[in-house]
Amino acid sequence: MTKNQESGMTKMKPWISLGGIGVLAVLLLAVAPLVLSDHWLNNLGKYSCWAIAAVGIGLAWGRGGMLVMGQGVFFALGAYSMAMHLTLETAGDRVPGFMVLYDPLAPLPMFWEPFRSTGFTLLAIVLLPVVVAGALGYALFKRRVKGAYFAILTQALAVALATLISSTIRETGGDTGLSDFKYFFGFVLNDPANRLMVYLIAAGLLIVCLLAVWQFYRSRFGELLVATRDAEERVRFLGYDPANVKLVAFVVSALMASIGGAMFVPIVGIITPAEIGAAASILMIAGVALGGRASLFGPALGAMAVGWGQSSLGSTWPDGWPYVLGLLFIVVILFLPYGLSSLPARFAALRRRPPKEQPAPAPAPAELEEVHS
Amino acid sequence: MAPLLNGSAQGALLLLAALGLSLTFGQMGVINMAHGEFLMIGAFSAYLVQQVISASDLSIPVALPVAFVVAGLFGLVLEVTIIRWMYRRPLDTLLVTVGVGLILQQAALQIFPSQGVPVEKPSWLDGQLTVLGYGWPLRQVFTILLASVCVAVLSAWLKYTSFGRRIRATVHNRDLAETAGISTRTVDRLTFFVGSGLAGVAGVAASLIGGTNSQMGAQYIIPAFLVVAAGGIGQLKGTIIAAWAVGVALAFFAYWTTGSLAQVLAFILVIVFLQLRPQGLFTVRTRSLV
Repeated sequence: MTKNQESGMTKMKPWISLGGIGVLAVLLLAVAPLVLSDHWLNNLGKYSCWAIAAVGIGLAWGRGGMLVMGQGVFFALGAYSMAMHLTLETAGDRVPGFMVLYDPLAPLPMFWEPFRSTGFTLLAIVLLPVVVAGALGYALFKRRVKGAYFAILTQALAVALATLISSTIRETGGDTGLSDFKYFFGFVLNDPANRLMVYLIAAGLLIVCLLAVWQFYRSRFGELLVATRDAEERVRFLGYDPANVKLVAFVVSALMASIGGAMFVPIVGIITPAEIGAAASILMIAGVALGGRASLFGPALGAMAVGWGQSSLGSTWPDGWPYVLGLLFIVVILFLPYGLSSLPARFAALRRRPPKEQPAPAPAPAELEEVHS
Repeated sequence: MAPLLNGSAQGALLLLAALGLSLTFGQMGVINMAHGEFLMIGAFSAYLVQQVISASDLSIPVALPVAFVVAGLFGLVLEVTIIRWMYRRPLDTLLVTVGVGLILQQAALQIFPSQGVPVEKPSWLDGQLTVLGYGWPLRQVFTILLASVCVAVLSAWLKYTSFGRRIRATVHNRDLAETAGISTRTVDRLTFFVGSGLAGVAGVAASLIGGTNSQMGAQYIIPAFLVVAAGGIGQLKGTIIAAWAVGVALAFFAYWTTGSLAQVLAFILVIVFLQLRPQGLFTVRTRSLV
């Protein structure tokens, strides 16, 4: 019932949602830079990066029914592409510092070389996730791998990639990751004006992603995606190939994760395997679940909330934060599977229901006692 | 030779971790991501038993049933409080149990020292068994024996006891089983208890081979799930073969490359295998479309 209401609402009132995106755009792009300190603006930029990835998860999981538990992989593709470019830009003609640490005469690994080029880096951020997600999705969806299998496999990939990066210290920086970037495509990263610019790019990209998803949801493709989620076999019988529908959604979500990862690097200034592994991938899911997986704004706002929790509570109250996160999963999934954004619809449904449908209140114990006495 | 024997032991440990999953995931369709934490609970039970019975020769045999019961009770509580409401949403059980796992991990981190606890190995596991000129540590042999015993007991229990028959009936057709007078709720609880208890036994075995700490469950859960998936849902023999194959593959990859690269390669191997056989090694033929 909630499902129908939700898709019905986005269908009936697309312009209200568009207005919502407009309000969010004003808040993020105009109001936030004016009222927030540099520190908090930087944090908001970080949350925006997670939110970009979350918008993609909302598309794949909320609308497509594919529980993507390894978005860290695509986040990493974007993040490490960007980080490699920024590292090379900082190092100039020399080999990056962390490589020289282990072997002073070490040559630059082959796969680093093309990332010197700005164009190649930007292309890699867009194309790498598309190619990887495309190949993986094609292989899995055509073989009708779905549900828990798909979730576990994507999570396994995230674990595998994080392990791989951790173990290749010389090539990727290992557990310490890549950091100490001085320039961002020629702009000095220490300059507050440039930091503001980086923030605005990230927040702007979040708005663009929301617009893209908004358009997706009201298009026929969006209808088809929801149909595939709710009754894959029926979609197949109607002559569509559900694998293609899911593939498109999966690739788009991977692309968004990659973009989020790419912007994460200049804003946060470091990328490590811990930011892309199993725990990080699950954290991305947490925000989407909290906000409301199938709604337009839920994933982005939920991811921001969880991102805030992770970076503030996670550091001021490290012992308690895992409990909060764990309880969040349990409570939200158990009682509110469609997240906070489904609350208004639930209340509305409660109010609309005529009172006689509810079971008659049992006689109070006091009354019973009166009868007996 | 060394990687083959090492790998067999590693496979046996994986099998122990996967047995319970094969029961709860395979037979009930519940994806319990807290299974790794139940394994951790088993390992910590072994440590706690050792605090009471300090002679390690005796404490490990005592710890096995204790760990089974303790982890099983945790599983039972999870089923009764949370899982029972979610049988219609199997994919969501995955996320709920992720939350449970996070809480259990953090609790273990706060209760026990963060660097982990030592579990004394019994002296009768100190020696080596010489196989074709290779000294095979008895600990590894013990793991294989333990896994074999667990498999034998579990399959006999499923096949010959009335509880086992009820479980199988419920798996095949829940509605029909209910009509025949089987209390499927009881069956669900019992299956979950046994499945989680097996994780506890696996935890004792794991504590003898690796370290015992709050993170230990997380490293078993994904490989164990891959084993269950590769073996085929609800197929004990598939799980056995897949666990052994993954264990040996891991050992050989680690022999040729490094430990972490081996993990990556083994994951890729399973993913490629699932491409070829998406239903796993052995499949139950059904006419269901899903």
